[in-house]
Amino acid sequence: MTELSLARGTVDRDRALRLLQDYGVYGGVVVLLLFNFVFTPHFASAENFRTQAVQVAPVLIVALGMALAIGTEGVDLSVGSVMALSTSLLSLYLGYGPWVATLIAVAGGVVSGAASGALVAFVGVQPIVATLSLMVAARGLALVLLPQLKDVHDPGLTALGSGDALGIPYLVLIAAALALLLAFVMRRSTFGRQLLAIGDSRPAARLSGLPVRRVLVVAYVCSGALAAIAGVLATARLTASDPTSLGTLMELSAITAVVVGGTPLGGGRVRVGGTVAGAVLIQLLTTTLIKHDLPPSWTQIAQAVVIVGAVYAARERGRR
Amino acid sequence: MLTVTGLCKTLPGVRALSEVDFTARAGEVHALVGENGAGKSTLIKVLTGVYQPDAGEMTHDGAPVRFATPSQAQQAGISTIYQEVNLVPLMSVARNLFLGREPRGRLGLIDFRRMHREAEETLRGLGIRVDVRRPLRELGVGAQQMIALARAVAVDARVLIMDEPTSSLEPREVRTLFGVIRTLRERGIAVVYVSHRMDELYEICDAVTVLRDGRVVHTGPLAELDRLRLVALMLGREIGEVRREGLTKFTGSRDTTAPPVLVAENLRVRQRLHDVSVSLRPGEVVGLGGLLGSGRSETAKAVAGALPVDGGRIVVAGEPVRGGSTAAAIRAGVSLLPEDRKTEGIVPGLSVRENIALAALPGLSRFGLVDDARVDRIVDTFMKRLRIKAAGPHQKVGELSGGNQQKVLLARWLALHPKVLLLDEPTRGIDVGAKAEVQALVDELADDGLAVLLISSDTEELIEGSDRVVVLKDGAVVRELTGDAVTEEELMRAIAAVPAGGHDD
Amino acid sequence: MTTDTGEATMRKEIPAAQAGDEPAGPSRAERLSALAQQHGALVTLVIAMLTASLSFDTFLTGDNLENMALSSAFLAVVALGMTFVIVTGGIDLSVGSLFALGGVLAAWGSQYGTAVALLLPLVVCGLVGLVNGLLIARSGLAPFIVTLASMLGARGVLLALTDEGSRTYLVDKSAYFTKLGQSSLLGVGVPVWITLGLFVLGAVVLRRTRFGQYVYAVGGNEDAAALMGAPVARTKVAVYTVSGVCAGLAGALNAAWLLSGVTILGSGMELEAISAVVIGGTLLTGGFGFISGSLVGVALLKVIQNVINQIGSLDSAYQQVVSGAFLAVVVVAQTWLGRRRRVL
Repeated sequence: MTELSLARGTVDRDRALRLLQDYGVYGGVVVLLLFNFVFTPHFASAENFRTQAVQVAPVLIVALGMALAIGTEGVDLSVGSVMALSTSLLSLYLGYGPWVATLIAVAGGVVSGAASGALVAFVGVQPIVATLSLMVAARGLALVLLPQLKDVHDPGLTALGSGDALGIPYLVLIAAALALLLAFVMRRSTFGRQLLAIGDSRPAARLSGLPVRRVLVVAYVCSGALAAIAGVLATARLTASDPTSLGTLMELSAITAVVVGGTPLGGGRVRVGGTVAGAVLIQLLTTTLIKHDLPPSWTQIAQAVVIVGAVYAARERGRR
Repeated sequence: MLTVTGLCKTLPGVRALSEVDFTARAGEVHALVGENGAGKSTLIKVLTGVYQPDAGEMTHDGAPVRFATPSQAQQAGISTIYQEVNLVPLMSVARNLFLGREPRGRLGLIDFRRMHREAEETLRGLGIRVDVRRPLRELGVGAQQMIALARAVAVDARVLIMDEPTSSLEPREVRTLFGVIRTLRERGIAVVYVSHRMDELYEICDAVTVLRDGRVVHTGPLAELDRLRLVALMLGREIGEVRREGLTKFTGSRDTTAPPVLVAENLRVRQRLHDVSVSLRPGEVVGLGGLLGSGRSETAKAVAGALPVDGGRIVVAGEPVRGGSTAAAIRAGVSLLPEDRKTEGIVPGLSVRENIALAALPGLSRFGLVDDARVDRIVDTFMKRLRIKAAGPHQKVGELSGGNQQKVLLARWLALHPKVLLLDEPTRGIDVGAKAEVQALVDELADDGLAVLLISSDTEELIEGSDRVVVLKDGAVVRELTGDAVTEEELMRAIAAVPAGGHDD
Repeated sequence: MTTDTGEATMRKEIPAAQAGDEPAGPSRAERLSALAQQHGALVTLVIAMLTASLSFDTFLTGDNLENMALSSAFLAVVALGMTFVIVTGGIDLSVGSLFALGGVLAAWGSQYGTAVALLLPLVVCGLVGLVNGLLIARSGLAPFIVTLASMLGARGVLLALTDEGSRTYLVDKSAYFTKLGQSSLLGVGVPVWITLGLFVLGAVVLRRTRFGQYVYAVGGNEDAAALMGAPVARTKVAVYTVSGVCAGLAGALNAAWLLSGVTILGSGMELEAISAVVIGGTLLTGGFGFISGSLVGVALLKVIQNVINQIGSLDSAYQQVVSGAFLAVVVVAQTWLGRRRRVL
């Protein structure tokens, strides 16, 4: 109510905060890159960039789906388990050839996403709770299908995981293509605009006759499918299926990438570019710590701090 | 008991209260009335410490006071009963009644036996008999309201402010509530009673203060004021004062004999609408008259599919429309400009362009991809036609002024080429210039053959803008004004009329 | 919940006042659903145990039951803290990490005596819970994201303590601390007794103290609770602290039982605990729930696990599938029940 009177006094701080939120992630990436160029030996090598890019690809793909779920004012906690389910399905059906197996794995993600979406859109369960139960069930199912780590020896998949085109790894190409596709969908399609409207103001969207439920279900289906694709790619890269540990804490990394990238948890906005930069930022942070001989434990603590900080900054803006 | 003098409060853009004097006396039920934007809720918020006054004195029990927070006001003995019951529905009646001051026995543990006994006694003292062990939500809204009352009294409230306590009660519940209020009055508690229901005011209240545009226009004993006069005070119109030339931008009425494009029959919504029927012809502006809470907005929402109906039927251009679905209503050609522009209308984070195109998107896309060129054309057309003032089509709607937001919403609906346009308070909270533009636009649209349903708390706007006025009261149609009877005076008479079989004071 | 006599007299005496006009008095269906919510888990537990004991000779033996009780005890203590959090309408995803952290701290501390071994995990995990609570209650951040972050943070601390998970601290066998995990009373392990004692205490706190009333009020309707003068922020901070302390204690007891602090334990425990609480009838949306239900929920999960183990041919992962499905069903049922009641 006091918006007007306050607006003038805080406008500068406000703008600074908004700039920080919108572009802080790019700044962070630049700072980390510069730091590493200067202080990290062997950082500025093609080989290193390649490794970094390959490592970030699965997280990035999952984060893209997460951005959709968060854009609807929801969240998808089941992504890590869906990755595990995907890797189990993949190695289980690999006998039918890599393409069929991949399709089945992605179909598993779609079904899981549809289940979350139906719980959210039709039953009216809170997104956290709905995706939490899918998180438990999908991981369990993955372990039932494939109780322990299994090596995956398939020439096609191996090529997918470690091959490249024009010197750029397939994994990176796929992630980039998906990011571009999502950016295109958000910018140009009816679905993208309806999703943003629903996330921003659900009552207004409903009164405008938008297909609220359908859009919600599709958002979660996309999230599930993207997580499954990430699961396939991660399997291809590791040449092994490990349903026990694949994708654990992935939901947290993905949420961090999305939030750090400037997409508010309150919905109504999806920043694809920011999400990409967010995923890269976390990857760089991890690398920096590791390359400077700080143990993985520090990385985890650092990531915890970064996410709380990002959410805290976003909160300031939400309250404005 | 509680007195304020010279109270002033400015909210962003509006002077919500100016020089308001108000006194709540012990043992008196004081009605506080006024239309939308009159300043009632601001006054209540100042009294209860939600807002700080800009100027003015407040005395409580003879001593000057100033409440920084609602809980300070509560501790001083000023309790508020809101329209929505503010208790914890999943907890039992007794627990709600005693939350924070439970009787404790040995080891500091709550003594439930004593708590239940005392709860029963407290409630019985007010003439309420319920099983205090039952979860609150199992009681009806009326009973919950009374538990809230009992809690307020039990925490030693000296002043009770009730904000439309009966808006969702059944008639029998209202009677019981009034019984409780009378008991409280006998105990010397000052009650401030906010309601729009004329009959209730005359039944329970001793004194009345009428607010209009942030000022007190009348205060005194209620019995000395007849109904028509009270309505006139609230609406700001003198009886017999009929202006020859209106101040609004509406032009003359249209002669319409065409068959109706919208027929809504016997709409029923539990506790809100009772067999409301409305019909609209193409090119006709039909006003929905009545006081706040009379079912105006509910009627519009029910027609637009935004409020599920328990009964009745809606026919648009000869085709029946499925109720309870906004999408179906929109397909049939019915568009609603909602009353609450901020939460139900605009999508604040999206641009002017996206907001205008939102509802029409499916028609503007091919294979799920938006045809941006067509969107730009439509947005451009409407921004020019409605004279939407924005930095550009890409400015966020949340940053626009109220009037321009409203025009964006109108553009959103017009882009769909509707047959029927339902306008719920289209000019509320927007500046004078924009108001005139919107009014002129409504006229223009009707001239183009659109059927318009107009809801407005501004009587002048309603009367001058409408060809016919359907008057609602307590969720039912009480009269329809046509032809020469479309005057403010007739409207006020219709609103003030004592219902058949009712009683007058 | 309702006494029939009270209602009957009420109807007779003042028909205008109350339920006489109300179609909203609890219908038979609604009472059944309330009963199902309260005792559904218990009934399912009894059925599951009967079926199991008829199917497997090895199920209803002293050894098996004692094993089940012991292995449930630690999860039960975690679920106890979680119940408080969920009743306020929140969620605590950090408990699994805190459980592991508590175990390692206890094992490391046991060299300095029982007091250190017991207090260190309680204090550290309690502090993490306190920080969670402060961020959630004072800064208004979403519980799931705060506790997810602290799950990661606590795991980081744990790894830092154990040389990136490569070192295992053994509990000093001479310490009195080991008695907490190793000895038994009346043929039942001490951890089980401690767990039962804590549940009684928890139930008393939640049902019979003013704090408990605030917990319900905050979860039931936060705005109303604030208007009624309940200390909303303080209550929230308190429940997350309690949850942290419980997780730490469970970890310490577990270390005393296993005689070492194992770092890999506890991942996924937050989900098990949440499942147990929800299956026990506590509403994930807050405002309604019971301590005893959580105990039943834990027992049910463990019986299912035991049965799956007994079958032998089935992988233990089925337990996760079953509890995930169970969780989904319970959540859907709760949402439907809740919605129908709101309509009435």
